[in-house]
Formats: sequence, C-alpha cells, structure tokens
Amino acid sequence: MNEIALRKPPALAKTETRQFVTITIDGQSFGIPVLLVHDVLGPQRITRIPLAPAEVAGSLNLRGRIVTAIDIRRRLGMRPRPADAAPMSVVVEEGGELYSLLVDAVGEVLTLPESDYERHPPTMDLQWRENSTGIYRLNGQLLVVLDVSRLLAIGSRAEAA
Amino acid sequence: MDDLLREFLTETSENLSVLDLELVKLEQNPNDTALLSSIFRLMHTVKGTCGFLGLPRLEKVAHASENVLGKFRDGALEVTPAAVSLILRSLDTIKSILSVLEQTQAEPAGDDAELIDLLNAWAEGKLESAAAPVEAVAAAPAPVDAAPEPVADIAAVEAPKAAVEIEKPKAQAVVAVEDNTVKESAVAAQSIRVSVNLLESLMTTVSELVLTRNQLLQIARRHKDSEFTVPLQRLSQITSELQEGVMKTRMQPIGNAWSKLPRLIRDLSHDLGKKIDLVMLGADTELDRQVLELIKDPLTHMVRNSADHGIEMPKDRASAGKPETGKVTLNAYHEGGHILIEVSDDGKGLDIQRIRSKAVANGIATEAELDQMSEQQIYQFIFKAGFSTAQKVTAVSGRGVGMDVVRTNIEKIGGTIEFFSKPGGGSTFVIKIPLTLAIVSALIVESCGERFAIPQISVIELVRASANSEHAIERIHGTPVLRLRNRLLPLVSLERLLKLDRAETAQSKGNGAEETFIVVAQVGTYSFGILVDRVFDTEEIVVKPVAPILRNVTLFSGNTILGDGGVIMILDPNGIAAASGEAAGTDTAAAEAQNQLALAAGEKTALLVFRAGGESPKAVPLSLVARLEEIDLEKVEYTAGRPLVQYRGKLMPLVPIGGDRELAKTGRQPILVFADDDRSMGLIVEEIVDIVEDRINVQLKAEQPGLMGSAIIGGKATDVIDAGHYLSQAFGDWFGSGRTQVAAEKPKKVLVVDDSPFFRNMLTPLLSVAGYEVTSAESADQALQMQEAGVEIDVIVSDIEMPGTDGFAFAEAVRSHGRWREKPMVALTSRTSPGDLDRGRVVGFSDYVAKFDRDSLLKSLSQTLARAS
Repeated sequence: MNEIALRKPPALAKTETRQFVTITIDGQSFGIPVLLVHDVLGPQRITRIPLAPAEVAGSLNLRGRIVTAIDIRRRLGMRPRPADAAPMSVVVEEGGELYSLLVDAVGEVLTLPESDYERHPPTMDLQWRENSTGIYRLNGQLLVVLDVSRLLAIGSRAEAA
Repeated sequence: MDDLLREFLTETSENLSVLDLELVKLEQNPNDTALLSSIFRLMHTVKGTCGFLGLPRLEKVAHASENVLGKFRDGALEVTPAAVSLILRSLDTIKSILSVLEQTQAEPAGDDAELIDLLNAWAEGKLESAAAPVEAVAAAPAPVDAAPEPVADIAAVEAPKAAVEIEKPKAQAVVAVEDNTVKESAVAAQSIRVSVNLLESLMTTVSELVLTRNQLLQIARRHKDSEFTVPLQRLSQITSELQEGVMKTRMQPIGNAWSKLPRLIRDLSHDLGKKIDLVMLGADTELDRQVLELIKDPLTHMVRNSADHGIEMPKDRASAGKPETGKVTLNAYHEGGHILIEVSDDGKGLDIQRIRSKAVANGIATEAELDQMSEQQIYQFIFKAGFSTAQKVTAVSGRGVGMDVVRTNIEKIGGTIEFFSKPGGGSTFVIKIPLTLAIVSALIVESCGERFAIPQISVIELVRASANSEHAIERIHGTPVLRLRNRLLPLVSLERLLKLDRAETAQSKGNGAEETFIVVAQVGTYSFGILVDRVFDTEEIVVKPVAPILRNVTLFSGNTILGDGGVIMILDPNGIAAASGEAAGTDTAAAEAQNQLALAAGEKTALLVFRAGGESPKAVPLSLVARLEEIDLEKVEYTAGRPLVQYRGKLMPLVPIGGDRELAKTGRQPILVFADDDRSMGLIVEEIVDIVEDRINVQLKAEQPGLMGSAIIGGKATDVIDAGHYLSQAFGDWFGSGRTQVAAEKPKKVLVVDDSPFFRNMLTPLLSVAGYEVTSAESADQALQMQEAGVEIDVIVSDIEMPGTDGFAFAEAVRSHGRWREKPMVALTSRTSPGDLDRGRVVGFSDYVAKFDRDSLLKSLSQTLARAS
C-alpha cells in the first residue's frame, strides 16, 4: 500500500493540505475540491428535460442563470434516490457553464493532509475509478474525491464505459 | 452629408489616430513584425476606402505610404526614425485633406507630388542612406511647412544633400491646410464606435433585468398594498426605459435598407418599358441592425419581382381600366412586438391556375390535394424551392428563382412571410419579423405536468378539442388528426414526441383525456397541431442557449427562466415538424435542414438547374454562366448549318444540348450565355428551373460526352453538364493551347491552396472547365498533410497571403522534401511587386499570377506544365 501512496499526482506534491466539501450519497462520502464549488443549495425546483441523457436530472434557476442538474447517483450507477428524499445541489462551473450536482446531503469543509491521500484501488468499480481521482482515509470512513470535469463529460465517455 | 462619407470620415479618423500611435511604437521597436503588419493593414484599409469612394488624392498618398510600409514589412528597408517621420508626414497630409473633405465634402485641390515622389524614392531604397543624418530626422517631423524639392533632384544625389533638400520649406498646398490638421475631426467627435460585443452583453444584461423585474412584479401582485409597490413601479418603468434605450443603440430606420430601391425601380421601368411609381411608407420604422441586414436582400428581390412580374405594360393596364402608371408600395409598421413589412403592387396578381398546374407538374401536390386547399394555401406554394411561375427569363430579374430563398432567409431570423393575391388586382407580400432577436414572445403550454414554451410567431391558433365538442380528435390507425375547417390537420403529441411520462401525473389523466388543447403551428407552408394538456399565458422570454450536453436534442431551440423563476424549455417548431415526419421530403424547410447536415462537411456551389434534351434536370455551376438570356428565334441565323445569333454587336454561336435539336422558327428561346473576354456562346436550354446552392458530388460518371456525371441536387438526380465540352464545340480554340494539350492527355491534377473559400470556389470550376482535375486545400498545412498522405498532383497553385503558414513558407516546405519537391508551383497573389516576384522565385515558385487574372492563370498553368514535362 505504501508503494502506491508514493505515486502521488505531481500537483499535490507541494501543498501540504487540501480542502474539500464533503457530500454524502447513499451513505458514501465524497469530496469535491472546495475551490470548484460555487454554491450549495437546498432542495430546488428542477425542470425535467425530455430526451436528455439519463444522467441529466433537469435544469434549475440559480439567480437568473440556468443550471443543468446532474444526478450523480445515475452517473455513478448507484441506487436511485428514494422518492421522498429531496436532493441538495452543489453548483460547480465547467467550461463557462454551471452544473448542479444532486447529492443527498452536504457536510462540512474538511482540510485534509496529503499523507491521508492515495490512489483508488484497482479493484474499484470502473465507473467510479473514471470519475474520481483518489481516496482519503478519514477516521472511520473513506472519502472518494470526485473528478468533476470527468463527471460532467456526459455522452463523450459515458457511452464507452 | 452623405452617410457613406460620414462613416468613412469616422472610420478613417480612427484608423489614423491608431496609426499615429502605432508608428511611434514602431519607431521604438523597429523589429516588431506584428506591429508592422498591423500598421500595413491599417494603411491598406485607408487606401482601399479612399479608392472605393473615389478620392484620388488621398488614395495616392496612402498608396505611396503603403509601398514604403510594404518594404519595411518585407525587410527590404530598415525602419529608421527618418522613415517613420516621413510616414507620419503623409498621415498629416491625409488628415489635412480629410478635414477639408469634412467641411466641403470634396477633396481640396492641390498636389502632393513632392510627398509622393519622396515616398516613392524612399520605397525604391534611394533615400535610405539619407536617413542617417540627424538633420533629416529633425526636419521631417515638421512636415506641414517643410516640403521637399521634387525627388527628381534627390534621386541622383548623395545623402547630405538630400537632407538639406528636405529642410528647405517649399510647399504651398500643404501650408494652406496647416491650421486644420490640429483640429479634431468634428464628425468623428460626434459619435463613438462601440463594439457590437459590448452592445450584445449590455443587451443580455438588460434582458436579465427585465426578467427579474417581471419576477418581482409577479411577487408584488400577490401582496397587495405592500410598501414595495410604488418603488417597484418606478423600477419597472426605469427598466423599460433602459431596455428601450439599449435596444435603440442597435436600431436603424428601415429606410436604410430601402435606399437603393428607387433607383432599382427607375432602371427597371426604363428597361421594361413600364411606368412604375415606388411608394415608401414608414421608412423611419426602426428595427434591429442585425435583422435589417438580413432582410435587405429579400426585400430587394421582392420589389424587383413586383415590378418585373406584377406590374403590367402600360397598354395592358389601360385596357384593364387601370391607370397607366403602376404602383409598388412598401409599407413598414410596428404591430405587437413585431415589424410588419408589406410589399404590394397593383399589377395583375398571380394566376392561381398557373400555380396549380405548376404544383402538379413539379409533383408537389396532386389535383385532388389542390382541390382540398384554400386559395391562400395554394398561393404559399410560390415559396417552395424550384417553384417559379415566371415564364420569362430576363436579364433584369427572373433568373426565375428566389422566393424560397427569401422565405428561408426570413425564417432564419424567426420571421414569417405570407402572400396574398387578387387576380387583376395585384399581389401583396407580408413579412412579419421580430423587433429584436433577443426577446421573443412565447406561449406557455403544459403536457404531462411539464411546461414548455412555443414561440408565438409560429402559433396560428389554439383549438380546444373534447369528445363532445365540434372539434374531436379522430384516429387513423392510431395517428391522431383533427378536422379543422374541412381539412385534416396532422397532430403531433408532445407526450409521445418527448417521451413524457404520463404515469407520474396520473391524477391529471382523469379529466385530461377528454379535453385537450391543440396549438396549431405553421412552419413554412406546413401546418400541424401540437397536442398539449393545458395552455397558459404568453410571456416575453429571453432565449438562452441550452447546455452543451443537450445540444443534440433538436426539438429545443433554447431554454429560459419564466417570471415565476422556473426554468422552461423552448420548443422549436421546425424541429417538431422535422421529427414528426415532415422530413420525409415534401417540405423544403425540413429537407433543407437535412441537406444542411449532409452538406455541412462539403463546400457548396451555386448551381443553375435547367431542363434541356431529356427528362432529367441538368445543372451547371452558376459562376460559369455569364448571363441568362432569351432570344427571339426569328433572329437566329445559320452559317454552315450552325445556328448563330447577333448578340451585343457580335456573332454568338448557339449550341444545343444533347446533339442536334431543331430550333423552332418563331417564339422565344432561353439560353445560357457563357462568356470569356469578347467571345460568348449560347447554350440552348428548354427551361431554366432554379438556382440551388449545393455541393457538387458527382456520383455516376457519364459515358456521354458533355456530361460530367450525375449528382443529387436539390433532392433530385441531376446531370451536371461539362460546360467545357460545349464551349469547345462553339470555339475549338476556346481554351487556347492549354485546352488542346490537356484534352489530348489525361487530365492534369491541380492543387489549389487558398484560405479564402471564395477563391477556392471560383478557381475550382474555372480550372475544371479548362480540363484540369482540381483538388483544393484551405491552408498550407492542409496541403502538406495531403502531400504526406500521398496525394498525387501535377501542379500547385498557391495563394501567398494566408494565415499561419504563408505561401512563401509553404513553397519552401514543399521544395525542401517530399514527393512534390519537383512539382511546379504557381503563386497567386493580389500584390505583385518586383520584390515579391524575386522572393517567389527564390523560394521555388515557377510563376507568379495576379489573383483576378484568369487568362494569365490558365496560360501560366499550361506553360508551366509544358515546361515541366
């Protein structure tokens, strides 16, 4: 395991710690780099978009801008959200467009030391490996770091996978 | 003052101030090539506009300066302070002439010969050595009172003397305008130029503001007597004013688009021997500049049509009891967020019988179908592609095409066009276009609990259908249709089209099944009904593009935020029409959309489609046809059994398509005229059908001489004729030595490298007709890739000025290695200075041809090839 941990991405080599917004989906913790996050919103009215890819949950209005909502559960091949649970939105920007990642709950911002970071195990689900960069070992749980731009590249890689 | 002149003054003053600055920068960084190029371009623009406006004095000065700058750019001359001073001096001269121009609207009399000679001398490098002495540098910056001796003296003298000459004050013409040079241009100061981008972003911001205001108003309506009411009203009003103001910045009176029409009508009535008055009403109606540009050509086309085909000859009018002078009326006015433009004439109107028979002949509709249609619907056929009732083809109008192009152009900007006609009473076109492209009015509907917006402009009417009302939806093998005023209206279910999930809104189904609303929409001439559950209000919406992930869903033209803050998708009626089966081929709009997709990859060529010698339509690239004429068959003469006609004072041979076709003795015969220099030839055709923009993709090679092969053009199998074949029938030596040589052997392959699609399009047919096989590349890099890919060619024709790798670098690359190393290359350029020629030879061009000179090009190609082999 230590050998794997040594192969850190070069960008991380200099900084000691990084900050993540933690989110929970179906009991699993995920981290999104804090600098990518525009807004965190409570349950929103989401307009469904007919004929859109399945991962697109719809669009919503964020202060006059139209934001495309992405259902992470579908994107990562997880169980559908129970009908009575209203999702929270984490709004990120990619290529000048705003996207809302639909999650179950948003937790605190964690400052995590690099020493706790490692690449995801090769045995992990392919869909998960493609959409994440690595894993932090937290007390009592594991935090999967999401690769936001991969996550939003719906259509280009999703079909292939 | 003339608008054109005013714009010119504004633009040139700006360019000159930029030039001033840049030149000073250049003096500090003489080796900055980017800066030099930019200066050269600016000067070139100034020169070009002067030439265009017929200002010879300005043009000459600018031209001489440009020459010097050109030398700098090519590295032939060094950038020295003295040289920069000289250029600055010519700028001052230009400015002083401009200020007189501004006051008197004419170039002042005077002569800049000294300055020009000096510039020329400099350009030829004769004064370069004179640049060294500091005196010259000091003297030149005070140019207005210091003009040199004519250069005749200078040319021969050595440096110090030249410097002295420069110092000597002489000129009077220049002195006269001295005080004017200091003044800022008054015209330039009155208006400022703002980039369209800034206006666009202002417009979007204001549109957002309007939406937010609407939202606030909606909230306020729910809380009566709130303290916010009054300030909110004020906010609302200010927002409206702001919106209006910003929109005004982009507005121009429609009269600008009409300015050429009186002349057009005058010339037309002259040529046709008709008496026509043009009445223009509402010329000051303003509309968005962008929209204005787009409707200019369609309007001109319609006015020309009205005058040519609508208005009768004076004696016909008199016998019909109408005044001899016909009237073409243009009327523009606002109506509910739209601009309506009417083009009407009091001529003979359109013969509905002719439209009917034409529709049947073209296979657009059957007699039975026509019987079902209203007159109004039948009239709309004139907007179909290839549908022209014009029997006459005159030089004036009536290449006999175009109403479908007009319709397409108008629909592109979200407008509609309708046609009304009264036999004997004239005809009217009504164009309805949105005031602006940014905000549209939309109808909000609901289906399966989801709301959608439908642009109001496509909506004709709303119909409520239920089982027991007069409008009931009937089904034919599951396909819903509606009887509407004795016609069957095809219906499209949003639920099915958008694969909406009815189960989720099961509770609404109880009453929803019985009562449905039908939004009757029209796309082109195709009407259809959209089935929805509920219809709400209309709302003003700002169309926003959809997220990139959703771009391939063609049923939506955008999305927007409603007054209540909800996001809503905007349905695209064109997309719905296409998706609901209209794409099958009857409607041109949908077919065009498909064509567009199919053709996106290839380049398009305008093709003239006609009928001659056989059933299948034939086509020829329009760029090869000089004119369409109609000749009187009685005037046809025969020499040695070949028909000839006297045309423009010369004998023009007439060549039939497909062997010997007996010409009738009387009547009129349409011909296509191919011309080259002073020779022309007439190709006899039966009927000119259409002009289509399409890609020539010859699919079947023809065995028959005279045909290049068959291609699908405008959805029909069409024979593409080999114009070259007929040209050489008319004149054996049409293409001179080049043609015979090429015809004898197998065709030589030419690679055309030019960044401009215009030139590629022009050269491809030109060279193909001359018997070459043409491949084109849009950049040097693309050409080099072809080389690596192993493409075989015989000769390269390359542009010099291209972005990225230019022609010189391209030639060097070709010569350096690879399979084309030995291939001859011909340079094509708009600039032919001796320096360029030399440079071209050095890097390996075999010949150098000016860009517009097709004869030289053909000659050069055949000579180059002859030399190479």
